[in-house]
Amino acid sequence: MKNLGPRLRGGDSSALPRLVVEARGIHKHFGALHVLKGVDLLVAERELVFIIGPSGSGKSTLLRCLNRLEEPTAGTVVIDGVDLLDARTDINHARQRIGMVFQSFNLYPHMTALGNVTLALRKVAGRSRAKADELGRAALARVGLADRAGHRPGELSGGQQQRVAIARAIALEPRVMLFDEPTSALDPELVGSVLGVMRSLRESGMAMVVVSHEMGFARNAADRVLFMDQGVIVEQGSPAAIFESPTQQRTRAFISQIRH
Amino acid sequence: MSNWERFVDAFFNARVMARYFPDIAYGTLVTIELAALVIVTGLAAGLALALLRSLGFRPVNLLIVFVVDLFRALPPLVIIVFIYFGLPSVELSPSGFVSTWLSLALVLMAFSEEIFWAGITSIAKGQWEAARSTGLSYGQTLFNVVLPQAIRLTIPPLTNRTIAITKGTALATVVAVHEILGMASSAVSNSYNPSPLTLGAIAYLILFLPMVIVGRWLETRMTWKR
Repeated sequence: MKNLGPRLRGGDSSALPRLVVEARGIHKHFGALHVLKGVDLLVAERELVFIIGPSGSGKSTLLRCLNRLEEPTAGTVVIDGVDLLDARTDINHARQRIGMVFQSFNLYPHMTALGNVTLALRKVAGRSRAKADELGRAALARVGLADRAGHRPGELSGGQQQRVAIARAIALEPRVMLFDEPTSALDPELVGSVLGVMRSLRESGMAMVVVSHEMGFARNAADRVLFMDQGVIVEQGSPAAIFESPTQQRTRAFISQIRH
Repeated sequence: MSNWERFVDAFFNARVMARYFPDIAYGTLVTIELAALVIVTGLAAGLALALLRSLGFRPVNLLIVFVVDLFRALPPLVIIVFIYFGLPSVELSPSGFVSTWLSLALVLMAFSEEIFWAGITSIAKGQWEAARSTGLSYGQTLFNVVLPQAIRLTIPPLTNRTIAITKGTALATVVAVHEILGMASSAVSNSYNPSPLTLGAIAYLILFLPMVIVGRWLETRMTWKR
């Protein structure tokens, strides 16, 4: 699996930050529907990219193209140097490097929190049960749930479930984390705990792509904000640039809408 | 002889019961053997078909649906008679035991395939996506994430269906299998007294009541909070 090795860009890693996500010219059709119309998304190491946009703009679809939960109709997706759309790529191996967190948590209800976190460690990463448990407990500790290891998802609050879902992804030591509206299904008082975990992940230097409506979080945690509409990236820039002085009419309209 | 005495003599004649107890006990063993074979092979085949169907090859799935509908529609007795009296004309002569086993296993396969399939499809798409996003393969997801949940959901309908079909082992009496009902019937003709039928009924209760109770216990044990 030679294409899994690290690839330094430009031969000099100190000059340019290494890219962990290189998605270029992504198109996605659902039947007659053209959902993504040639989107480029580059994410460097340690970078947090935040994607906003109206519903149906293609943000979630773009995110799902990054780990091939959706198959792009055209374009290339290279994650940590691995071409995901290459037929020779072992997609299951590559996906360990790409953590994903879903709006509806999607925890396995028949397993404990620790069981949820350790399943892929044992089955995909090939860890022994003891080693997987050790790594799993460490991941749960990182999201502040060390004391909930033996609980089933049904016994946890929504915020705790989402943090277990984050632990499940980070336990595999991904190179990039994809968040698909991670707080949209949560009661308002539980949102803070999940954002807190995301903030600490960010501080640890994890590259992240976040689709969310949490503009406050975007403002103080994002390196870059992308505004998508109708399958294209309309505008991107620093949070200050996008939120305070957007140049495009569509961005302005959207920003003023979500303010009110 | 009062009516009551006549009733007791007919159905609870101790002498007749003692006389034919060994026959009924033997029949019970045959029924157990037949039932165990039907349950194990029928459920295994049903699960295998459901798994095959989950792969989503259209021609294969059409065939599965056809076979399943066929065996759900045909009365089990018709299948038994068909196999026992029909197959010899193509140089196959399955015994009554094998005919009954095959027939009931096919029927249980058909019903359980539908139940397993319903269970598999009822598992939310998000479960598949979460598992696949962590690198689990299709098969690993199916066996570690989807099936454990699906099988829990299917236990109540599966238990009911399994009991209903397994009771059909009594149909084997038509093709001369020496199971409970067969032994009881011949004991009745030999003794001119229906008491062996009472023994047979008791044997069925001893066999199937535990299944009903275990099914109920599994139902409560296998649920979890969502």
